[in-house]
Amino acid sequence: MKNETIKILQKQKKKILDMWMNFQLTDETLREDLMNNDELRMQSEDLVTALVDNLKDENIDTPDSPDFDSVTDILNGISISRAKQGYTSRETGIFVFSLKQALLVLLQQEIRDPQVLYDQSLKVNKLIDFFGVATFETFIKGREEVILRQTDEITEISTPVIQIWDGILALPIIGTLDSARTQVVMENLLQKIVETGSSIAILDISGVPAVDSLVAQHLIKTVSATRLMGAECIISGIRPEIAQTVVHLGIDLSGVITKASLASALKTAFGILQLQVTRKQKNPLIVE
Amino acid sequence: MEKIPILKMGKLLLVTIQVDLYDRLAEALEADLVQMINKTGAQGVLIDISAVSIIDSFMGRIIGNIATMSKILDAETVVVGMQPAVAITLIELGLPLTGVYSALNVEKGMSLLQGKINLKETGFIPEDDGDTE
Repeated sequence: MKNETIKILQKQKKKILDMWMNFQLTDETLREDLMNNDELRMQSEDLVTALVDNLKDENIDTPDSPDFDSVTDILNGISISRAKQGYTSRETGIFVFSLKQALLVLLQQEIRDPQVLYDQSLKVNKLIDFFGVATFETFIKGREEVILRQTDEITEISTPVIQIWDGILALPIIGTLDSARTQVVMENLLQKIVETGSSIAILDISGVPAVDSLVAQHLIKTVSATRLMGAECIISGIRPEIAQTVVHLGIDLSGVITKASLASALKTAFGILQLQVTRKQKNPLIVE
Repeated sequence: MEKIPILKMGKLLLVTIQVDLYDRLAEALEADLVQMINKTGAQGVLIDISAVSIIDSFMGRIIGNIATMSKILDAETVVVGMQPAVAITLIELGLPLTGVYSALNVEKGMSLLQGKINLKETGFIPEDDGDTE
């Protein structure tokens, strides 16, 4: 014999959906700016259909049974897309838990016997709670994906190597230098040195908020690697506070050419390459 | 056994390593090179490692040794054409190869060596010694 609840639910699919939509639409956290009602209704309908159609006697107590794979798939899809669209976790939670509310209200209307109602409500509760937790897990995973992608993007764009003169490269570093970033910076710089045949690289650290012993070590590594390649490395953009920290930490930068500004580093680079910048001769008539 | 050729060009010795170095080859190269410097009285050694894609701490040490030995025999060593990955590996291994001069390519390495030799002979820094160490 079929479970009472399942029969009721399968019969009243339309009513569940209506009630659920009603709960969602009257909730004050509804985000009409992110998704219109038709779309929301479609999502909800998919989910209700998948849930009710797959509900059987054997699996109502085991929410992790393979029968519910399609339900979890739909939930995962919804939850990931919501994470990317910028829904809060509360809004996503309400989306799932308002379904529970709809189901419980329906059961209350249909089942007269309090003992049965209690039993069935517990079962439905457990089932939807499980789906709720699964939704949260995927929601967080979706969020993490977004964060990871942004981190990647930042690393990608934050290490441009620019050629500022024939034979001179500059590398403005913005943000904190950690091991992973140093690796990227170093690889980009060395690759560019090979490509352009440059003999001087200027590492500008005016965008680095703080230098600790680890960052300093990364910088020294980069300088040594550049030297091994046969190019000279100049560190520029050292702010007074950074100079103070470096000395207080006892970091030895004596083997590295350091300059206060990019301009003076460029001047030094010109000096090494024996280049000279001269003002263009003015019109002699005006001078006299 | 394979052998890495050592070419004599005037006062310089030219070594181009076209294969991936293995330990015995590197040791043989070290011995050959020292013999060759002694025999020819070369004043500079140019080692082209642009084709070497893998290097380990042993190889790093051999290169360092070659430089030190050449220095004792009054010849300067320049390593040219190191690949970025190799440079990073050496740094990560803690082998910054102090005492070895590097240059980006053979051309720059040649002018660097020429500069060093001129300096040694005349005590005078030539005009185009614009390269780095």
